[in-house]
Amino acid sequence: MPATDTIVSPSRERRTREDAPPGIERRRGAHALPRRSVAPARDEREIVVEFRGVSKLYGPGGVGLERATLAVRRQEMVFLVGPTGSGKSTIMRLLIKELEPTDGRILVAGRDLEEIERKKVPYYRRNVGVVFQDFKLLPTRTVYDNIAYALQVTGASRKQIRATLPDILRLTGLSTKLHNYPHQLSGGEQQRVAVARAFASHPPLLLADEPTGNLDPETSIGIMQLLYRINRAGTTVIVASHDNEMVDRMRRRVIELKRGRIVRDEASGLYGAREENTDELGERLKREVR
Amino acid sequence: MRPGFFLKEAFRSMRRNAVPSFAALASVLVTTLVLGVFIPVVEATNGAANDVRGRVLVDVDLGPSATNAEVARVRGELQRAPHVKHVQFVSKQSGYEEEKKLNPQAFALIGYNPLPDIFRLTPDRPESSNALRAELDQSSPLGTRLVSDPAIAAVQNRQAQTNKILSATRVIKITMALLAALLVIASILLISNTIRLSLFSRRREVEVMKLVGATDWFIRWPFVLEGLFLGALGGAAAIGLLALAKVTLVDPLANTVKLISQPDMIAFPLLIAILMGAAIAVSAAGSGLSLRRFLKV
Repeated sequence: MPATDTIVSPSRERRTREDAPPGIERRRGAHALPRRSVAPARDEREIVVEFRGVSKLYGPGGVGLERATLAVRRQEMVFLVGPTGSGKSTIMRLLIKELEPTDGRILVAGRDLEEIERKKVPYYRRNVGVVFQDFKLLPTRTVYDNIAYALQVTGASRKQIRATLPDILRLTGLSTKLHNYPHQLSGGEQQRVAVARAFASHPPLLLADEPTGNLDPETSIGIMQLLYRINRAGTTVIVASHDNEMVDRMRRRVIELKRGRIVRDEASGLYGAREENTDELGERLKREVR
Repeated sequence: MRPGFFLKEAFRSMRRNAVPSFAALASVLVTTLVLGVFIPVVEATNGAANDVRGRVLVDVDLGPSATNAEVARVRGELQRAPHVKHVQFVSKQSGYEEEKKLNPQAFALIGYNPLPDIFRLTPDRPESSNALRAELDQSSPLGTRLVSDPAIAAVQNRQAQTNKILSATRVIKITMALLAALLVIASILLISNTIRLSLFSRRREVEVMKLVGATDWFIRWPFVLEGLFLGALGGAAAIGLLALAKVTLVDPLANTVKLISQPDMIAFPLLIAILMGAAIAVSAAGSGLSLRRFLKV
């Protein structure tokens, strides 16, 4: 197993928060889980994200999501696909409580998002890493400070941050860009910073909204590999993308949306493939893109 | 709460957003400066108006043949009368000398002292001068007379003049109060608007912070501290300029220009304290409050 697949944070336990939804308890030593060669029966894993008939209307006539029902289990990697306006981003924004559903219930780790009061939202968000298409980096901070900010908001001390960050920087390949500002980085590097920030506090759930939307194929593969690696280390990952080809090549569960409705939900089992490690995935993706 | 971290964040954002920070500082400086000049001006004007109003007097003329006993009796009556703040006796002789000084030729022509003994009354408030006159004057057509004495020949308060003084000074006072209120409102608006603009340019930053899981106060503290510093800095600079102006311009003039040397004018240390407090409070509160709408993510 490649060393890079192991995401070990000595301070992981430290950030176990009481505010975390009950089911999203930190997976101590997730890296030590036995590597599975075949996807286990999905029912064995607990449900992390559940949508029950969720609708979101934007004003009269504007449908963001229509009676969507879906469940994502722990350690799954799920792709949401569909054209612009199909509801992918709506799902993401609902999941980080940036939006409230018009109808239906959303449960994350068994906890109804509606029950989280406004003041508690920040604590909830610390358990959900988010990668945005436009990166949303803080322009006035260096790479290091951007990533550190995600830890600072949780109340981590400088010492704890210094202990945690090198691992994440190594994982994302940013070790040499520490002191650069976002505008001094390429798009791919900026997105790596965004992923690093989203993953800095080792959230059990990672959302990526069009993480490769602005990137060239080569760079996209790198980002996908990164997300894949994070997923294999135990984090549930949900990726929204309109790049159908890339999604197909990832051979993971795909949920397709059209005008706010779920029109396809293909489990990863359909691909029936052996679990690849990150390097194998990267090699294959590069081959197929060529 | 980690003051060290928030302090560092505040300084970082001031350094990184030098231009908006400078704009905020400048607006605090200018408004504090204007207020610092205006407050004493209002005070001086009000002082001058009060000074004029203080000259509203009621003269009680005694008959030409009033005896010492009558003078003493009338003094007692006047001291007990309502609305009287101060009673001053001006005897025939001292009145004559006073007037002769002012107008020696006229009195030389007359050749004798035509003036009666006078009680010069200061009413408790300038506005009660008319009421006081009505109470004392036997021939007054107004109301009941509480004090009347056969020894009193006439009661004068130069009614027309008094009324003019009262209405003119009242207009001045109201105008000044209005101007002061407007200036304070304008200052607050100017500062909060500058802060709002500088925050608006950083709303994306705030949004990102919220999405990463920062609590409202985690984001707000650095902004409040920043406002506090900029307010203190702007206020201090303005006060420095005011002190300079006071030492170089106002103090040398104070001996010659009466308006500036009002005895009841605000003390400079108090003025400084008020201005400094206002500058800091408005900037810090402005930063914290203006941020509210950007925190709704």
